[in-house]
Amino acid sequence: MTLTPILTRNWGTERSWTLAAYQAQGGYKAAKKAFKMTPEQVMNEVKDSQLRGRGGAGFPTGLKWSFVPKDNPNPRYLVVNADESEPGTCKDIPLLMASPHTLLEGVIISAYAINAHTAFIYIRGEVVHPIRRMQQAVQEAYDAGLLGKKILGSGFDLDVIVHAGAGAYICGEETALLNSLEGRRGQPRLRPPFPAVAGLYASPTVINNVESIASVPSIIEYGKDWFAAMGTEKSKGFTIYSLSGHVKRPGQYEAPLGVTMRQLLELAGGIRDGHQLKFFTPGGSSTPILTADDLDVPLDYEGLAAKGTMLGTKAMQVFDETTSVVRTTLRWVEFYEHESCGKCTPCREGNWWLGQLLAKLEAGKGEEGDVDKLLQVVDTIAGKSFCPLAEGALACVTSAVQHFRDEFEVGYHTPAWEHLPYELSAVFTVPGKEDEQ
Amino acid sequence: MSESMQFAEMVTITVDGVEVSVPKGTLVIRAAEAAGIAIPRFCDHPLLEPVGACRQCLVEITDAGNGRGFPKPQPSCTTEAAQGMVLATGATSAQAAKAQADILELLLINHPLDCPVCDKAGECPLQNQAMANGRASSDFDGAKRQYSKLVAISPTISLDRERCVLCTRCTRFADQIAGDPMIHLVERGPKQQIGVYPDRPYDSYFAGNVVQICPVGALTSNDYRFSARPFDLASTVTTCENCAAGCQLRVDTRRGEVLRRNAGDCPSINEEWSCDRGRFGFRSAMGEDRIRRPMIRKKGQLIEVSWPQALAAAAAGLKKAAGKTGVLTGGRLTLETAYAYSAFARTVLKTNSIDFRARPASEEEAQFLARMVAGQRFDEAISYTALEGAKKVVLIMLEPEEESPAIFLRLRKANRARKLVVETVAPFLSPGAAKIGASLIAVRPSDLPGAIRDLDIDSETIVLAGERLASVPGGFTALAARIEASSAKLAWVPRRAGEVGAVQAGCLPNLLPAGYPLTKTNAKTFKAHWGAKTASEPGLDAAGQLKAAAWGELKALVTAGIEAADFCDPELVNKALTEAFVVSLESRHSDVSEFANVILPVDVLAEVSGSFLNWENRRCAVNQVVSPARAAMSEVRVLAALATALGEDLGFDNSVDAGESFAAIPPWTGDKPKIVPVTPPPAKGSVMIMTGRELMDDSRCLDGAQALRAVERTPIVRMSPATLRAEGLATSTYVRLTGPLGSATFPLQVEPTMVDGVIWVPPRTPGNPLSALGLEADATVMLAAAPEPKKEGEE
Repeated sequence: MTLTPILTRNWGTERSWTLAAYQAQGGYKAAKKAFKMTPEQVMNEVKDSQLRGRGGAGFPTGLKWSFVPKDNPNPRYLVVNADESEPGTCKDIPLLMASPHTLLEGVIISAYAINAHTAFIYIRGEVVHPIRRMQQAVQEAYDAGLLGKKILGSGFDLDVIVHAGAGAYICGEETALLNSLEGRRGQPRLRPPFPAVAGLYASPTVINNVESIASVPSIIEYGKDWFAAMGTEKSKGFTIYSLSGHVKRPGQYEAPLGVTMRQLLELAGGIRDGHQLKFFTPGGSSTPILTADDLDVPLDYEGLAAKGTMLGTKAMQVFDETTSVVRTTLRWVEFYEHESCGKCTPCREGNWWLGQLLAKLEAGKGEEGDVDKLLQVVDTIAGKSFCPLAEGALACVTSAVQHFRDEFEVGYHTPAWEHLPYELSAVFTVPGKEDEQ
Repeated sequence: MSESMQFAEMVTITVDGVEVSVPKGTLVIRAAEAAGIAIPRFCDHPLLEPVGACRQCLVEITDAGNGRGFPKPQPSCTTEAAQGMVLATGATSAQAAKAQADILELLLINHPLDCPVCDKAGECPLQNQAMANGRASSDFDGAKRQYSKLVAISPTISLDRERCVLCTRCTRFADQIAGDPMIHLVERGPKQQIGVYPDRPYDSYFAGNVVQICPVGALTSNDYRFSARPFDLASTVTTCENCAAGCQLRVDTRRGEVLRRNAGDCPSINEEWSCDRGRFGFRSAMGEDRIRRPMIRKKGQLIEVSWPQALAAAAAGLKKAAGKTGVLTGGRLTLETAYAYSAFARTVLKTNSIDFRARPASEEEAQFLARMVAGQRFDEAISYTALEGAKKVVLIMLEPEEESPAIFLRLRKANRARKLVVETVAPFLSPGAAKIGASLIAVRPSDLPGAIRDLDIDSETIVLAGERLASVPGGFTALAARIEASSAKLAWVPRRAGEVGAVQAGCLPNLLPAGYPLTKTNAKTFKAHWGAKTASEPGLDAAGQLKAAAWGELKALVTAGIEAADFCDPELVNKALTEAFVVSLESRHSDVSEFANVILPVDVLAEVSGSFLNWENRRCAVNQVVSPARAAMSEVRVLAALATALGEDLGFDNSVDAGESFAAIPPWTGDKPKIVPVTPPPAKGSVMIMTGRELMDDSRCLDGAQALRAVERTPIVRMSPATLRAEGLATSTYVRLTGPLGSATFPLQVEPTMVDGVIWVPPRTPGNPLSALGLEADATVMLAAAPEPKKEGEE
């Protein structure tokens, strides 16, 4: 098993985020190559590479592009979704930090392919540093004639606008993102119409994840066959796996799709010394958790679906045996409760209820039957919400109870912090709060 | 809309085993209604855009029309019916029933269940649907969300946040229907709540609608809050008396007292909306100033007397003035009452000196009304529905939001839905005109006739002319000519509810009922109809009557609840009322009572039956809502009694018979009377006044509705940047207006769309009516910079 550093290839170079460093490594060659092709050729190249969306749902990127109607008189927009906010997910923000020009080159090629002359990069509001990196990269690109009028002498015009969100997880949902970008309340829109037909300012809009767009330059540079040679039958190419938690070397591991957790753990130096894997998320907190039994499941779209979970954002949060699954689940549910946009009843009210039940169980104040009630509330919410946010919240609860029901039942009499003392699972201390472990 | 219904492609779907055909694009929830199946809902409202937020209306779709179903329940309020679709509601599907019960359980976990103290209980969709579609008990035993009680959303509306189910009907109404997005969701997740801007209340003219469409008791009106139980109320549908829109209202009473009014459900007029003036402005007759007994003036003092005494005194005074009498009816009477006055003037007082126009008016207008408006019947081609489907609507000196809010809402709807072209001929683009997407044809008074001549209109255009056109000499002449040349459709939209009826009843000196112009021949026709000699000599209009009375040429006036302050020249009114023998038929003490020689107390509108003709000439029923006050009588009956006291027979003594007498007149089919052309005066070099009544102002109709007074627009003077500079006011924030009788200071607002050489100022601001300055529309005015006026109590 070897890594395939493509997106991450230049992250270690000196001042990798600058245009000079990026170009020194051959940056913007792909854009030049793309401009020698027709937009259709570029779109077909991406389509044929079988690149699938890296934001979680795995929808084929080229196919998404082709949904933009040809006869719509309105301008077209490309929107890059950089509202990375899911617990555990940390691939796009590092990419923006380390190599914003990789994304920008992808934006130029993708905008050219769909004939958009304005592109927006919507970045999560809290991450000020990457926002500045991105803004700086866009400025450098304008100064170098890579953006603006007739870029690279091609006759193609493109403006890129970096937009900082106000810090809402829901704005990662593409229609909520569009609302937010338009200055409205960040809540999902009714579909249809779909963004490809009536998205930003009611105009045809393509919305892609950072990593999807950032993968485009390499596809153009090395070709669809090179890309499709990596990965598995239906999950082609490479991707960034983000390992965090109780591993020796947490970080970004770029590998072909279909790598297994066992292989990734080896690369990350394994679980911290003296401990064993208890459970892990395959793709962020919205994907049902897996355990040590699933170490050999191929981490691709199909492999994980077969296990009743999802590839999601390939964010492996790794937890060893010291971790209280009750506490972990509560923290996740608190996140969804806090981040629910409030639009629909099941998500808004349901997460409020789940949070209270889990808090009771964590504190050892649960009553006989509360675990069943928890599942019942999950069932009350399931399948009724406006957007997938609520389903994500339910996934972590259901899978946690499925694998560790006994531990939840401990909450009928014993606080989780007594059952599994929290200080044992801590991997770092907050400066100034060492005593509060 | 009816056209599109007829030609729309139909699709057939099956709901709970019942087949129903609906136009393509119909939402499933409405298709189910068409099949007689009710699906529970909160956020859905047929007049608001779908949102799919509450998820209460989930149904099981076993076949989406393509042979495949949905694994999960689907919201029927956002799903369009498709040919061959098969679905089941909670009535027949376990999946849908569970989904609906689940959502209700989730809605109720944070609901306070304070039904025993909640105004909505008894008429509450949440309560009703919880009973019909919910479970009897809940597993929730946690902590409910709590908020501090009561947020004042506006002076009229309070919000109990903990009761809110966040359906966003209110915010969508404010944004989509009224165009006043001042109320919005704030915060998110479980903390999401309805909110307003910190320093700005929800002061929309239509705010009260959100109380009515709130499906829970979260939004309540301060006016009605805690005053009754829905099941103790009796409801009567009637027509609103606040303007000529003809809105249908549902008036709720308890033990003979009106406690609240809601918008009725009338798709052809006001749909399901009402303005706040119509909703809350119903207390004016409930105050201490109600006149309970007939009164006569003795030695300068009004004393209460019996009806026979009062009638005898009135008859004696009128007899003494024989042949020199006038009748001022005001614009607020029902058609039947106006007709009774019309007949009373002609057959009893033998005069044609009758006029309903207690406002700026002109002879030109009376001729225009006789030619273009009198004798009009309701015609679908000039109606709310027609406005919605018109190619273009032109507004001439009419601000629908201020003068006829239901027209405003309809135009806004059409402008949003199908980009209806609206043009407004006005001095500036008002906020209300902007909300209906109107483009401005900016005019000074002197430009108006020319602008009307230049209008680009055809037979598919509807022109709506407002009462303010009467202030502009030559305006009505130009309009009649332009309409007749273009065959555009015309409607005259007066402000007051009774004015169209008064025209049709012949309450004008040049006009008999049913569109008959006053001629000797027509007077004879009416002699036959009424069975009494009918005056045939031309009479005086309101201004003429007041002048004649002031100079002693007219000896007696019969007035019907008019207000002296409504006329342009208060000094003239005072002199006229002092000099003449005044018989006032009124229900409340007024500035006319102070001069009246005889006061005959009459029923208020809520106590009588009859009808209004709205601007469409549609007959809108006025139904008796409460029992009449003791000792008062209906105006028709008083007039009949007065006729008897004068030795004449009016021919009817109640509203029904008056209505029948009116209906028996065959409509006038002869030549329409001509308008004597009026040439507009040349433009003056000085700054002119333009004005227009606002929906909420110093009107006595709003007495008692204190909260409404709080949402009045701040009186301001608007002028263009160029006028501002020309008048040397560039650095001023206040301006002092000076007229012949006085001066007053107003805040100054620069209005970029305003024409030059004109200022706009509201005519009736509390304490500062323009008439008190001796100013009226089209008058010239002196302007001067002024310091900010000191507030009371300040040094």
